[in-house]
Amino acid sequence: MNNNLISKSVNTCAGCGLEIVIRLALNILGEKTIIVIPPGCAALFSGYSNETTISVPGFQCNLGNTAAVAGGIRAGLDMQGIEDVYVLGFAGDGATVDIGLQSLSGMLERNDKVIYICYDNEAYMNTGIQDSGSTPGNAITRTTPGGKLIAKKDILRIVESHNIPYIASASVAYIKDLRNKIERAKTVQGTSYIHVHTPCPTGWGFQPSQTIEVAKKAVQTAIFELYEIIDGEKKTNKTINNILPEKEYLEIQKRFKREE
Amino acid sequence: MKNKIHVLDGNSAAAEVIKLARVKVIAAYPITPISPTIEILSEMVDSGAMNARFIRVESEHTAISYIIGAQLTGVRATTATSSVGLALMHEVIGVASGCRLPIVMPIANRALVSPWSLWCDHQDSMAERDSGWIQFYAENVQEVVDLMIMAYNIAENSSVLLPVMVCFDGFLVSHSKQLVFLPEQKEVDAFLQEYKPKNLHLNTEKPLFINNLTSPEDFSEMRYQQEIAFENALRIIPQVQKKYFDQFERKYGLFEEYRTEDAKIIIICLGSMAGTVKYVVDKKRKEGLKVACIKITSFRPFPYLELTEKLNNIQTIGVIDRSAGLGAQLGSLALEIKSLININNQKFVNYIAGLGGRDITENTIENIFNDLKTSNIEPSKKWIDTSPNACKIRRIEVEK
Repeated sequence: MNNNLISKSVNTCAGCGLEIVIRLALNILGEKTIIVIPPGCAALFSGYSNETTISVPGFQCNLGNTAAVAGGIRAGLDMQGIEDVYVLGFAGDGATVDIGLQSLSGMLERNDKVIYICYDNEAYMNTGIQDSGSTPGNAITRTTPGGKLIAKKDILRIVESHNIPYIASASVAYIKDLRNKIERAKTVQGTSYIHVHTPCPTGWGFQPSQTIEVAKKAVQTAIFELYEIIDGEKKTNKTINNILPEKEYLEIQKRFKREE
Repeated sequence: MKNKIHVLDGNSAAAEVIKLARVKVIAAYPITPISPTIEILSEMVDSGAMNARFIRVESEHTAISYIIGAQLTGVRATTATSSVGLALMHEVIGVASGCRLPIVMPIANRALVSPWSLWCDHQDSMAERDSGWIQFYAENVQEVVDLMIMAYNIAENSSVLLPVMVCFDGFLVSHSKQLVFLPEQKEVDAFLQEYKPKNLHLNTEKPLFINNLTSPEDFSEMRYQQEIAFENALRIIPQVQKKYFDQFERKYGLFEEYRTEDAKIIIICLGSMAGTVKYVVDKKRKEGLKVACIKITSFRPFPYLELTEKLNNIQTIGVIDRSAGLGAQLGSLALEIKSLININNQKFVNYIAGLGGRDITENTIENIFNDLKTSNIEPSKKWIDTSPNACKIRRIEVEK
């Protein structure tokens, strides 16, 4: 990959899905980007002490204020007439759909010119696999030892209700599609929200070599749909003609298996 | 130059200074009693009187987060809040100070819940006293103007780089219209340099990752740097106050002494109650009592060395706290003062007064002076204005 703005050795887990997303995002957005990362798995890229893995300016915010800080950065740039810089909010599902939902809603309402990417690994992984609002029903986590009793929160529908110009769902299994979506976000005058389904071998219980396979199965079983909403018009990006049975996705992950 | 006289309340004074300081980004959330400040700012931006972005955000947590983001890009940014709004900011308050962002934020002091109160006490800002922000307390509207203008200069000094809360009493100052001198734009421009980031800066030409996870090897040192900044502030604040006096002819110190020259009994306090204390001091002086007042202007940094020297020869010291300091031996201000004096030779009493909007009246202060004359050393707080049946009000009988 040319224009690699993240150093080569980062201590994410083997097979980490989000690593693919952040590398691709900065590769596409380039050096004129300011990234905002809350604590969470992506904070591994913020670095430790006087080392960072990222060669664009960045800020590690609090868990619940990614969108607020990103919006403020945009306002500060605007007031100085700086227009050629992308502001990227890069947060996990917990920081987006739970504790960060209020500040996200505020930013979406204001339509701040921010690209917000949520890498959805469907639980609080960095703190050791606790369930989030984005964890699907029946999934076992450290805080849902008997399987989660509540269904996954549909953040995309919440985002949609704010009428921002660009919304997309994406998957690490469909890189070309994800690339197109980040490219489109670059052209948006206002907020773009991209929600990336990001399997986590550590938290979901599959082999590190299966990350892409698991992500692909989520789409092929129609559990995760790939679409975008451009100025209110919904467009399906991947039509699945032969929908696979859900068990083909569920059974390759340990998190849906209760030990008897 | 003394400047033009205006009629302003504390809230509009804060807004006027934010305009004069050429702040570029304002993010705020309405809360009583400081809402008028943000309303005025939104009007100034809307009318074009002020070249800034005004955003009514969805919470105080976002307000402080938003302005941190904005200020990191290299502009002055601000918000204003009170009470639970400040408490909601708490998680992010330390980010501003830890990132050494010289943000200036007006606070209209209001009690914290529970029970609900709209009115003044100091628990909101006292709860943030160790958060790495400089804290100034204004007695009146003129002090809001002057302390806020000086605050930008102090905060942005390269050996300080600390954010500043300028606290003024809710309603008592925030809504009290007073005659004040307000400098003109060109005078403030002469006093405040154009804002340039001197430390952390989000700039794609010089990439820097800010505020990542820090190891135990570095963490203490970074806190220590903040400690040193406060020590520097103790030196810089008087220099800036001198410069301000030279330009505007209004004199300030880390604390203000009122008739202390031969005093035997002294009341130490902060905020608007100082006006009442000074008034009663005059009255008592006419009766021949050698009484005085010290008003703390800079609570953080706390001017401990200078105060120790001043208090050395004072026989009797009363400290009024407008917050309860629950569970502590003394209120927040009294704790500071007690550490400076010799409790064996000096009489020391701490009074809790004026909570949740209770007026600190001439009568309250007279009671305190009388008490100081007669009572012995109190090892704990004295609730001077509480009704005798305090433990009986709103009592609920529970069936056993």
